[in-house]
Amino acid sequence: MRTYLIRRLLSSIPLIIVVTFITKALLVLSPGNYLDNLRLNPTISRDYLAYMEHLYHLDSNNVVERYWYWLWPALRGDFGYSFSATMPVWTLIGERVPNTLLLTGSAMVFSWVLAVPLGTLAAVYRNRWPDKLIGLLSFFGLSIPSVFFSLLMVLFAAKTGLFPVGGIHNQVLWSSMTGLEKLIDTLWHLVLPTVVLGTIGMAQFVRQMRSGMLETLSQDYIRTAQAKGLSRWRVVYKHALGNAINPLVTLFGLSLASLLAGALLTEFVFGWAGLGTLIFDALSNKDEPVVMASVVMLVLMLVAGSLIADLLLAIIDPRIRVE
Amino acid sequence: MTAISHETQAGELLPLRGRTPSQLFWRRLRRNRTAIVGLYVLVALYASALFAGFVAPYSYDNAVTDLSFHPPMLTQIKLFDEQGKLSRPFVYGTTQTDPQLATYRVDTSKMYPINLFVRGDRYHILWTIKSNIHLFGVDRPGRIYLFGADKFGQDTFSRILYGGQVSLSIGVVGIIISTIIGLLVGGAAGYFGGAVDFISMRAVEVLLALPSLYFILILRQSFGSGASSIQIYIIIVLILALIGWGTEARVIRGMVLSLKEQDYVVAARAMGFSDWRIIIRHILPNTLSYVIVTATLSVPFYILSEVALSFLGVGIQEPEASWGNMLTAAQNPRILGDFPWMLTPGVFIFVAVMAWNFLGDGLRDAADPRTLS
Repeated sequence: MRTYLIRRLLSSIPLIIVVTFITKALLVLSPGNYLDNLRLNPTISRDYLAYMEHLYHLDSNNVVERYWYWLWPALRGDFGYSFSATMPVWTLIGERVPNTLLLTGSAMVFSWVLAVPLGTLAAVYRNRWPDKLIGLLSFFGLSIPSVFFSLLMVLFAAKTGLFPVGGIHNQVLWSSMTGLEKLIDTLWHLVLPTVVLGTIGMAQFVRQMRSGMLETLSQDYIRTAQAKGLSRWRVVYKHALGNAINPLVTLFGLSLASLLAGALLTEFVFGWAGLGTLIFDALSNKDEPVVMASVVMLVLMLVAGSLIADLLLAIIDPRIRVE
Repeated sequence: MTAISHETQAGELLPLRGRTPSQLFWRRLRRNRTAIVGLYVLVALYASALFAGFVAPYSYDNAVTDLSFHPPMLTQIKLFDEQGKLSRPFVYGTTQTDPQLATYRVDTSKMYPINLFVRGDRYHILWTIKSNIHLFGVDRPGRIYLFGADKFGQDTFSRILYGGQVSLSIGVVGIIISTIIGLLVGGAAGYFGGAVDFISMRAVEVLLALPSLYFILILRQSFGSGASSIQIYIIIVLILALIGWGTEARVIRGMVLSLKEQDYVVAARAMGFSDWRIIIRHILPNTLSYVIVTATLSVPFYILSEVALSFLGVGIQEPEASWGNMLTAAQNPRILGDFPWMLTPGVFIFVAVMAWNFLGDGLRDAADPRTLS
């Protein structure tokens, strides 16, 4: 088990290196750098700019050299300072990652909690009205653009006033809240973005769950269980569910990338201060250390996601052994 | 015509196994109502985008700043005038009552009948047909805003049609490029094996592991700052195709691995055909049904990515219209609350993506013999 974990983590190292190298190469080769904005400011002296340029190695256009200047300190855990926010990159990322994890995590829970029963229902009532209704619902989730859905939710919030139109918590009252109030306030702000991301994620899970359940229900051992006189729902719940859910767990690891992509747009519309908006801003003003560290974070999250999926699969399915 | 009559005359007489696979395919597809609805919707959408200049009453950048955020007139088209007399469809003129709040008052003294084939802004269709005749419109100084106006008083309906040219075509052009890359790389990897296989499959793994939207953003920020609209369009298509070919190549490789052991491939090789001729002429055509289905199901990814990029402000730039950059204006909750018609482009994205999904699902069911029952 431990060797498996170590091997999986080691095998992600080449991936991280390739991805960060490509990112760095694109940042270096594209015209302009962070100092361009400062150059327009006459109060900043030429000497200081030259000093900065040298300090951050922005004067070199050699990709390998620039990558090395980033990689060597990064290997020792030093990801440098953000150009624009003038604070250590880790502090900045450390503020944003929990927000993104909170959003994607709750969206994930939302979509699973809905997808498993709905997919099962659709399979059991195959080609009857519950199946058709659920199929329509999953088509809706599959087709609605997250930007549009988010904006619809903002419109809903603005018209009814039931939910906040954006942000992670109430900026005005936050400092005077007690712990419990803070929790409620955060959950309150979490509802709409979760519904958006969760519905979109749910769509593909429902389809997978339905086809997995249909496949399982056609197996011999299910017929045996039925022949022994077990009730239909007992067969589904006790005998079929465990097997039907397997492909869904595999999908969990694969769906993380699209979840994070959807999270970027949802964060953008709802003003959710997460990793997505951080990367977008850092890219806009060429804040290289932040871009690099965020990319590392993203890849790590994806690797961790697929690892968790594999481990979950091994726990659920006794036929699969981790080695 | 012959195919249709053959179908109707002999349709019930021919036993099922007497038909060719493609006949069976069309038969199954035609029986799938949602897929056919999706197909019709797509034909309508793409036709309206192609003839956007003709169907739209105004050009995409025809702005009247006095009519900022004018509400939609679709439901305001009248058939009966003040006296209750039936007339041809017309709209009343409006006057702005408050430029700050963008409120308007209907002015029943001015009637603007809706005319067909009116002269207006110049346009061209595919750079070949140039004209200034529009399907419908009203006489100046009246204006017709079917879906309302944006901040600059530009007609949302016209901009949606023009925006469709960008948003809808990017999906098709992108999928064609990435399918070609996927077919060639997958075909070569499966056929040649060895180092070609190893390198291309590692590249695919990297592609699939990338958080694609973020990487598209990084690429987009790196190339084409200060590019013209058409350059940005090409850059976006290329970036999306470059990101999108991975899954396709992987599956094609798997199919080629088994296909290349078939007798007919061995025979082709024995006849001395070149490797690429065997791959392209003999092996890849056998993956066609899979390729068509995945291509159809992947189009939404391209449409949605363009929408995302343009929405974030790094795609198609104003004054050119795209469904994504039109939604950017709705990002302000106050504007969104007061002028909800700014969301109309979203409805069109939704419908287009849904139609592609319907059609793709139908194609998959029709191509998969297991769903015969």
